[in-house]
Amino acid sequence: MLLKITFTQQRRVRLAQGLWLMSWLAVMSGAFIFCLGVYLKTELLRRAEVMDNTEIHVVPNILMMVGLVSIGTNWVATRVCQDSLDASRFPRWKLLLMAWFAVAMLLCCLLLAVVVLSYALQGRLEESLKVGLRNGIRFYKDTDVPGRCFQKETIDRLQMEFRCCGNNNFKDWFEVQWVSNRYLDFTSKDVKDRIRSNVDGRFLLDGVPFSCCNPASPRPCLQYHLTDNRAHYSYDYQAEELNLYSRGCRQALTDYYMEMMNSTGPGVLSVILIQMSVLVSLRYLQTAVEGATALEDPEGESVGYLLEKGVKETFEDVKANVLDILKFAQVDPSAAEGSPGAEDAEKPADNTTEKAASPTPSPAS
Amino acid sequence: MAVLRVKFTKTKRDKLAQVLWILNWISVVTGAILFSLGLFLKVELHKQGEVMAERDIQYVPNTLIAVGLIACAINFLGGKICYDCVDTTKFLRWKLIMLPYIICTFFFTFCVLVGALMCYCMHWELEESLNLGLTEAMRFYKDTDTPGRCFLKRTMDMLQMQFQCCGNNGYKDWFQIQWISNRYLDMSQKEVADRIRSNVDGKYLLDGVPFSCCNINSPRPCIQQQITNNSAHFNYEHQTEELNLWMKGCRQALLEYYIHIMQSIGLTVLITWLFELSVLTGVRYLQTSLENVLRQGDPNSESDGWLLENSFMETARMNLNIIKSLGKGNQIDTATNGDPNINVPSTSKAHYGPDNVPPKQITEDS
Repeated sequence: MLLKITFTQQRRVRLAQGLWLMSWLAVMSGAFIFCLGVYLKTELLRRAEVMDNTEIHVVPNILMMVGLVSIGTNWVATRVCQDSLDASRFPRWKLLLMAWFAVAMLLCCLLLAVVVLSYALQGRLEESLKVGLRNGIRFYKDTDVPGRCFQKETIDRLQMEFRCCGNNNFKDWFEVQWVSNRYLDFTSKDVKDRIRSNVDGRFLLDGVPFSCCNPASPRPCLQYHLTDNRAHYSYDYQAEELNLYSRGCRQALTDYYMEMMNSTGPGVLSVILIQMSVLVSLRYLQTAVEGATALEDPEGESVGYLLEKGVKETFEDVKANVLDILKFAQVDPSAAEGSPGAEDAEKPADNTTEKAASPTPSPAS
Repeated sequence: MAVLRVKFTKTKRDKLAQVLWILNWISVVTGAILFSLGLFLKVELHKQGEVMAERDIQYVPNTLIAVGLIACAINFLGGKICYDCVDTTKFLRWKLIMLPYIICTFFFTFCVLVGALMCYCMHWELEESLNLGLTEAMRFYKDTDTPGRCFLKRTMDMLQMQFQCCGNNGYKDWFQIQWISNRYLDMSQKEVADRIRSNVDGKYLLDGVPFSCCNINSPRPCIQQQITNNSAHFNYEHQTEELNLWMKGCRQALLEYYIHIMQSIGLTVLITWLFELSVLTGVRYLQTSLENVLRQGDPNSESDGWLLENSFMETARMNLNIIKSLGKGNQIDTATNGDPNINVPSTSKAHYGPDNVPPKQITEDS
């Protein structure tokens, strides 16, 4: 027996009561996980326009699913606790408990996977943001093209809210034409010069949109002729730090989402802890109550354990059981009427040969 | 003739006491809600405190906070009283306190009502305060090197971006003040010198606005400089252009924001006032019915409960007389010169017979 503990009747009652409370706590933590998933998903959806793919959404999706399943699972645990001290009602939970343990283990593993994923997917998130922001900046000027007309507002809002400029930094705006041709005077010499000097015929300038302006700057914002020191009085392009936001939006958004996911880390870990303790306590309760009902005196002492045999032996047993079940689906050619016909849907040919053979008792029975 | 007399059996009294106990605890919660609403309003007013001139508007959130705390205390006491009222023996403990408690709570509900009305009336003072505050903030926008005013630029920019507004009444307010500091003006340039000379006060005025006035919904990149000059920008018509800058003035935007908050708070306070009034009515009925039970002697019998023992006018007259006699208690009776030993003949008209009547002879029975 693995980690056995003796339980008197009073200890069993205490265990059942404590476990009932802890199961309700686990239900609430399941609800917390669900709400966390919903919150993360809404935050990701809010900026969906600057993300290229939705790979990162697997984290909140798993959280939501685990939260819902955990609520149901732990509610079942509370019902089991209520019935555990009643000898007549407890046996009906016997079969369900095996499945319950499997589901609870699966939930814990999924939660661990979420914690790992939230770190592992950081690179993918950055990639997605890089492509999304690049497109946003490229289509900034296309406010008359349906499907892209909101890019300008999105990028402006993003830059103001996250205090960032461009993809990596503000120089990204120098490489893109962000002023639409509709607002360019093609008769002007300056405009014609700029367009002619560019290979693709784009109107590029060393200026940024107003949303890159930093309100903390002591001087009114300089948006145009940024690299030209003589264009503005008392201005040094290399030394000027406060005029525009120096951070790139990709970095800003990645930091924002990573911080959000990191701050949920301790919460998720404590929920894993709660779920594991519910699992262990329920196993002890199950074995102790079953031991007690098997005794002559149901109110006497019984032994509770985690596993009946050692770890290795239990593993061998489980493997044998699983193989048996798998074998059950296959037809044993030597057995005449071994498995019922319903399981034989895959091997109708063997069925006919089996029927033709003489009836012999199947070795499995 | 009592006002709104209701008959109470023992079970009805007990039920009333229990219900009132629960309602008092709910009132404690609403008192806490009032307190937190007052705190919320205080924080919101403080957040934009830099663009508000010195005006006495803090009294509204302070009143709400005080009213909330007092409501919690009063209803906590009321809960204890109602809890004890189920048992007539325990009621004797509270018998003397209950009437003053009810009177205090009645006057307190007036305070709650005043608090609600203040929320609705505050916006005139707020508008004055915002008008002055915004004018000052815009004037000192350029003084980012003056200690004490160096954050006004940032405050004004964040305000205009957050509330989507420009200037005090509109964007044209920026044309009338110098918002670019002299530190960043090249005085040797002809254009700069011209502008300064053309102005009486020597201010550098231009038809441009700060970047925070830019409207993010505009389809074209923001036009901040030379706004009134149509020929300075391609395909630009100053009069019809509405999406380029924020059209609303910041005073209007802030006022709408605060009026919205205060109307919601005022509504909540009014609902709380009604709730408190109904709880008070229940407590009054409980008090009068329990007192009548004690007067009758049998704790299990029926009793009457009422709001006022006599009609409204009589009660008012009685109370006025009580207040008058309280005042008279200190006055000296001038007819006897203050000496209580002098016999003052009674002036009543009733005749109880002559004073010198010989005592009746009792004849002894032999």
